[in-house]
Amino acid sequence: MFDFLSDYDNPTLLGAFWMTVKLTFFSGIGSLVWGTVLAAMRVSPVPLMRGFGTAYVNIVRNIPLTVIILFCSLGLADIFHVTLGASDFKIQGFRLAILGFTAYTAAFVCEAVRSGINTVPMGQAEAARAIGLNFTQTLRLIVLPQAFRAVIGPLANVLIALTKNTTVAAAIGVAEAAYLMKEMIENEAQTLLIGAVFAFGFVVLTLPTGLILGWLSKRLAVKR
Amino acid sequence: MKLRKVTAAAAAALVLSLTATACGGDDNDSDTGSGSGGGDKIKIGIKYDQPGLGLKKPDGSFSGFDVDVATYVAKELGYKPDQIEFVETKSADRENALARGDVKFIAATYSINDERKQKVDFAGPYLLAHQDLLVKTDSDIAKGTDLNGKNLCSVTGSTSAQNVKNDIAPKANLKEYSGYSECIAALQSGTVDAVTTDDSILAGFAAQSQYKGKFKLAGLKLSNENYGIGVKKGDTATVDKINKALEKMVSDGSWDKAVKDNFGPANYKNEPAPKIGDIVQ
Repeated sequence: MFDFLSDYDNPTLLGAFWMTVKLTFFSGIGSLVWGTVLAAMRVSPVPLMRGFGTAYVNIVRNIPLTVIILFCSLGLADIFHVTLGASDFKIQGFRLAILGFTAYTAAFVCEAVRSGINTVPMGQAEAARAIGLNFTQTLRLIVLPQAFRAVIGPLANVLIALTKNTTVAAAIGVAEAAYLMKEMIENEAQTLLIGAVFAFGFVVLTLPTGLILGWLSKRLAVKR
Repeated sequence: MKLRKVTAAAAAALVLSLTATACGGDDNDSDTGSGSGGGDKIKIGIKYDQPGLGLKKPDGSFSGFDVDVATYVAKELGYKPDQIEFVETKSADRENALARGDVKFIAATYSINDERKQKVDFAGPYLLAHQDLLVKTDSDIAKGTDLNGKNLCSVTGSTSAQNVKNDIAPKANLKEYSGYSECIAALQSGTVDAVTTDDSILAGFAAQSQYKGKFKLAGLKLSNENYGIGVKKGDTATVDKINKALEKMVSDGSWDKAVKDNFGPANYKNEPAPKIGDIVQ
């Protein structure tokens, strides 16, 4: 009944889920960095930066992810020839997908981090200013460390959503879990069973993420 | 607090009534669909996104070879054109749609293979298609191995993409999109040198007015795809009726006309009508 699981070698079942993990990992790091920069822009005293941050978040998070990913491949690569240094379509698709996921997820990371910044009492920033720290120093040394400890929970949600969102990369031919699932369904005529196997795979990936980060968020929360 | 309860209750009621009406509608439809005889409707599964085979046009009408075959078969089963209701059956959902009885039969580029035969019964085949390449008119790709090192596009998970990866040209640079339209766009912009899938599907795209004269079929017979009409497992009576209808369609010339109407502009060299039960390996 389950013999189809071992019949595929391009990619294998484990290989496909490993691709999902890789996509999540690199996009997660990318969106954490870019999202934090965006959050810093949104709370900065420079109106132009605030405007850019607000516009970016509101535009990008309201575009369907499928559209963003397809644009990365059909628009950036096919029409504008932005290939991110790869001529092989497999590598190209992987890099473009990470670019798209980072651009999209960063908008949500930004809003989570900004909500964390709002939990830091005003007095903290005022005290930092009083001892002569500038905006960047205040943010880096005083506000963000406290903010991040407050938003581990929300960021875990974003990460879990990102893990599942990586399935969209199948639309541009990245060989991750959803891609293999399509291939199997095409050949095997066992939609329910195959669907259950892949659903289980995603639970295996996301459940521990949620549990570990949930535990961390309790441990690290700043008690006020 | 009270207000919130009222709102929640209202929302719940709304959701319930919506789902209830949705179910009700489905039940009624499937009742009329599964009932046989005179005044009832028949539900037929087709594809909505394959020009030349099964396409839903912006005005809500349907066109394509599969649609013509389905209409002819339904006529032989005793249904007038206005009693036919076409339902979209995507590749992943075909077996379940038949098993549930959502559709009476499926004519949607449904290649007969052994795995599928375990789940559904097939009438036909009614068309023998081959995996082929769509290339620009001035392209010099002449055989399958020419593809090694070339850029090629196909649809994620499709049999054609798997054939290329495993057999035809493992060294080809394969780009995969979720639909053929994206592949055609990539072919037009020059990102890929060829698009591959069944020649009937490619001919349908090449025959579209906006692409006329730009693309051609390479004419390679890279695989054999025997399109059959899927019927619920065990419903041999319907299979027999459909087979008779298909034989009649070929003998009275409607089959040839349907092929010409739908694939003609693409210079598609179709195979002669296959004999019922004659599956080309």
